[in-house]
Amino acid sequence: MRRALAIILALGAGVLVWAQEPIKIGGLLEFTGACAAYGQMARDAIEFARAVGLVPKEVLGRPIELVYFDARTDPVESANGATRLIQVEKVVAIIGTMCSGVFLGAAEIVQAAGVPLIGPTTTNPLTTQVGDYCFRACFKDDDQGPVAAELARNYFKANTAAVVIDVAQAYCVGLGKYFIEAFEALGGKVVATLYCRSGDVDYTAQLTEIQRVNPDIIYTPNYYTEVALMARQARDLGLTQPILGADGLFAPELIEIGGAAVEGIHFTTFWHPAQATGIGLRYAEEYKKYFGREADAFGALAVDSYLLIVDAIQRAGSADPAAIKEALQTADLEVVTGRTIMTPEGNPVKDFYFLKVENGEFVYATMIPAARAAEIKALMGK
Amino acid sequence: MATYLQQLLNGVTLGSLYALIAIGYTMVYGILRLINFAHGDVVMWAGYWVFFLVVLFRLPWWLGALCAVVLTALMGVTIERVAYRPLREAPRISLLITAIGVSFLLENLIIVLPWAGGRQKSYPTPGLMTQIYTVGSVRVQGVTIWVPLIAAACLLGLIFLVYRTKVGRAMRAIATDIETTALMGADINRVISYTFLVGSALAAVGGILWGCRYPRLQWDLGIMPGWRAFTAAVIGGIGNIVGAMLGGFLLGLAEILIVAFLPGLSGFRDAFIFAILIFFLLFRPTGILGKPMKEKV
Repeated sequence: MRRALAIILALGAGVLVWAQEPIKIGGLLEFTGACAAYGQMARDAIEFARAVGLVPKEVLGRPIELVYFDARTDPVESANGATRLIQVEKVVAIIGTMCSGVFLGAAEIVQAAGVPLIGPTTTNPLTTQVGDYCFRACFKDDDQGPVAAELARNYFKANTAAVVIDVAQAYCVGLGKYFIEAFEALGGKVVATLYCRSGDVDYTAQLTEIQRVNPDIIYTPNYYTEVALMARQARDLGLTQPILGADGLFAPELIEIGGAAVEGIHFTTFWHPAQATGIGLRYAEEYKKYFGREADAFGALAVDSYLLIVDAIQRAGSADPAAIKEALQTADLEVVTGRTIMTPEGNPVKDFYFLKVENGEFVYATMIPAARAAEIKALMGK
Repeated sequence: MATYLQQLLNGVTLGSLYALIAIGYTMVYGILRLINFAHGDVVMWAGYWVFFLVVLFRLPWWLGALCAVVLTALMGVTIERVAYRPLREAPRISLLITAIGVSFLLENLIIVLPWAGGRQKSYPTPGLMTQIYTVGSVRVQGVTIWVPLIAAACLLGLIFLVYRTKVGRAMRAIATDIETTALMGADINRVISYTFLVGSALAAVGGILWGCRYPRLQWDLGIMPGWRAFTAAVIGGIGNIVGAMLGGFLLGLAEILIVAFLPGLSGFRDAFIFAILIFFLLFRPTGILGKPMKEKV
């Protein structure tokens, strides 16, 4: 009798709690370490979008609660964070991480636990290959590298290139490889491939070698943390070649630390407020009003990830992680960075934007459609 | 030819910076037999002091740098007073672990401080240091010329302090035998405080110049230079001041020249550096200038 009463009481309490119980989404982001800027931009953007009502704060009649964890730009910390978010916080899906290498630390864990993880800007192709619970909200590096090669060949008219790759980042190694293959498939020649490691501060040895071989362009698919210093040392050594980079450069620190040396640097990115439409345009305008600065692509894609998860919960009609995963695989949604059609492999198809640094600001340079990346990849296959 | 001269200069600059940092390691080791793992983070803090004073408090650069040296030196003394002194009689491993703890504390303090944080900051550099001088086809930054000069001046000052002053004599006495020196009436605590004061001041000079050369501040900025300087101290013979200087130069040159001669292997630069450390530890643990020491039982 007492046991039955206890069960009834417990069930009653459960239903009561269920009524207001929030749906928890994890924010496994890099607030410190090499990718600190991206993680902080992501959190700022999500919090801003929720604060001004650009994105829903509840779904299925339940409030959405975000639980953040600092992945510290460290795969081990991101694994710890994923475990904590899933087991202690009981999140139904996780937004994060910003960096591919850090994502791979958490990927096996979310896959085993069956909780979807969506990387806003994890561009390395490997990240979504871990399993069906791993997603991304951006393009992939095996497209980004070739698109950069296209820019080098057909915009900068470069015949020779030198590449400096950060060997400590899966992201940089992958991009470097795809760039080299595509640049040579497009008829160019890579005359020097040099390496560095995250956290390196001295690039004079590599740059002096580049000076010796004197290429038409320098491709460096590394993070702003390394490239700002490298660009300074390159200009100090008297190198005048254009420098081409990747999405990892889109952070104010590049300009703060690089100063005049980063003027003219071009890089691939996901989005630029100047080209925004629809919700993206509203996002860009509100963002500028709220923060007093231009919106960035990292924050935009973090908000996209949030929207994709909320939409998936809505369509699934449930906050069950497995159901969210199923719904995410068929997402077709207008988000901040434009229309996003998810493939079952977890990779959306996106266009490529090029920005350059001009008078200490990031400005739009040009764009290359997703279709062109596919053409170059077909050339590389031959 | 010009390429190699350029590479040589690149190496000398890096080497001088390592040398300045290595001296602090070697001094503390010589006296307390402690590898002060927090030393690299003291270097990092020196950079942040300059940032705080020059960027936030708008002091002129030279004054900010001077205050940064003083503050960093006091910081070193405080660390010794608070974290190391109470453990002086404890097993050496406790001291080592405490040093690692202090290192984490100093790093995480930067992360949580609202004026610093986890994101990078731009280090203020005076024009004198960033000025470019061109000789033929070789280009050098002001800092390339100043760093070896300042490092040499610091070394001379230090040698004077250690070999020509009373405090220096006490330091050398403690390095030989701490108990006997205490019995002779020397104030051990005061001398050890001096050691940390001088070691940290040199770390501060290293950190400030490091910032001029690589103008980017980050909480983990001291870790790699710290390890490299430690390696330099071991190569030179840990406990030996001139050895630390020599080790620093050799390491800086090695790091640049491996990339210069074997560009394809530039990704293995760190592996190469630490292979040198292992080599020395295995085959010549006393380093180039260190004296073989009998194990005290």
